[in-house]
Amino acid sequence: MAESISLVVEFTGGLEMLFSDQRKHRIAIPAKDAKGQPSNIAFLIQYLCESLMKDPRKEMFVLDGSVRPGILVLINDADWELEGQEQYELQPNDNIVFVSTLHGG
Amino acid sequence: MPPQTCEICHAARAQILRPKNHARICGPCFISTFEREVAEAVTTNNLFQPGERVAIGASGGKDSTVLASVLKTLNDRHGWNLDLILLSVDEGIQGYRDHSLEAVKRHSVQYGLPLKIVSYADLYGWSMDQVVAQVGKKGNCTYCGVFRRQALDRGAAMLGVQHVVTGHNADDVAETVLMNLLRGDLPRLSRATSIITSTPSAAANASSGETGVSFTSVKRSKPLMYAYEKEIVLYAHHRKLDYFSTECIYSPEAFRGSARTLIKNLERIRPESILDVVQSGIDMAKLVPDANADGPVSCTGKGKKQSYAYAVEEDDGKGGCGSTNGRSSGGEMAEMERKLRQDEQAEANDTEVEITSKSKTNVHTQAEAAKLNSSNRPQPIENVVTIRPKQINGKGMKNRQATPLKQKLGQCERCGYLSSQSVCKACVLLEGLNKARPRTEVEVGGE
Ligand SMILES: [Zn+2]
Ligand SMILES: [Zn+2]
Repeated sequence: MAESISLVVEFTGGLEMLFSDQRKHRIAIPAKDAKGQPSNIAFLIQYLCESLMKDPRKEMFVLDGSVRPGILVLINDADWELEGQEQYELQPNDNIVFVSTLHGG
Repeated sequence: MPPQTCEICHAARAQILRPKNHARICGPCFISTFEREVAEAVTTNNLFQPGERVAIGASGGKDSTVLASVLKTLNDRHGWNLDLILLSVDEGIQGYRDHSLEAVKRHSVQYGLPLKIVSYADLYGWSMDQVVAQVGKKGNCTYCGVFRRQALDRGAAMLGVQHVVTGHNADDVAETVLMNLLRGDLPRLSRATSIITSTPSAAANASSGETGVSFTSVKRSKPLMYAYEKEIVLYAHHRKLDYFSTECIYSPEAFRGSARTLIKNLERIRPESILDVVQSGIDMAKLVPDANADGPVSCTGKGKKQSYAYAVEEDDGKGGCGSTNGRSSGGEMAEMERKLRQDEQAEANDTEVEITSKSKTNVHTQAEAAKLNSSNRPQPIENVVTIRPKQINGKGMKNRQATPLKQKLGQCERCGYLSSQSVCKACVLLEGLNKARPRTEVEVGGE
């Protein structure tokens, strides 16, 4: 079996409802993507959409191949913009948080 | 990518990329910067009087939770001496509002702030669950928005508070500016972009002499209107504030507010756009012929502190369902009024007997309205009949369409709420609801 990376992924701000109403998920993803490149955030998002998300409303999480605008992504508690966004290469035990700003007043 | 260092303290790892200026700062520096900026918005705009009693419109959602937390923090830190109270509206939506109210109750304990809850059921005789059972899911947000605005004012009146703060953020204001632009409704910009709005208390006092509660002279302000939604969410995240974020069950399309989507797409490409749209809205509002109610106000007076934009019956959605789509765009209400007018006309063509036979239903409305108006004396039933199609028709609609904001402020003849029309929006909606309510249900509901 191929090498894998274990991560903690969290969904908050209303996104948890798209992921079995569960905030915190411990997952293991392949260490390399289909092309043999180290797994990055872009790969993780695709993986989450295909493997973890049971809700059919994919567009509430992903639009045009990226996280829907209005959803914040935190990599080890820092804005993903500071870490290279989709290109950030995942490290073992990284904590990735997806926070919706689109819910609630 | 190597870890970046905070631009402020030059010590900790940068965690936040600020949308307004691209500053890269750490969590603790972000918290103090965010709080300082809210404090600046409050002080430079003179939002509060020392010792003022202020109700925080609290829904349990992210914006009002952050607002309550920050105001409590700043009030203690700077000795503003404000008497802060949480004010929540219970729309009566099972499985949604009952849960979010639990969050507000926790905040009340956590922040040590008293909590007052006012419910649609008590105020109007209708919970939103009942409204939806009556009118269906489509368009019910209009009811909710109109009812909420009054509910907050009435709650404030019950508390003896003349100032309600709401959690509107920069994204909300930018969204409203865009909506108004897209609708060609520039006169509304003034209200949407003013950090503080007020109904003129002189007019309110003069006309409310008869009843005890003058709930019309309530100031509204938006201390967070320059704060990005992103930063509000990050503030809640880094302060570990618990808030409620489930979508209202009655706005299934909440994810698709087109103006909101546009704002969020712009933010991704150029985050400054949000505050730029807000500022553009403020600047454009100054160019629009005066939108205030009582006579002309000179241009020179416009910029002064005392020249608040009037907010009459604005259904501002905030603190409620929080759904972008749910926020009434204004057009829905006009549509509703048109429909009610048609119903009225259809009915006017009917016999007078038909109207009389409905009086029982109307008594219920009247009783509810009277209750709000504080006095306990029995309400004359004749009043019911005074509301005839012509008034709603002739006075209201034309003015509204042509010059929506050259409003003449008066009081709703049914409930006393400040209104530009003889019957306020809530009473118009209630009339429609009560007419359609089956007789048996009226009796149950009237107990
Ligand atoms: Zn710092
Ligand atoms: Zn009324």
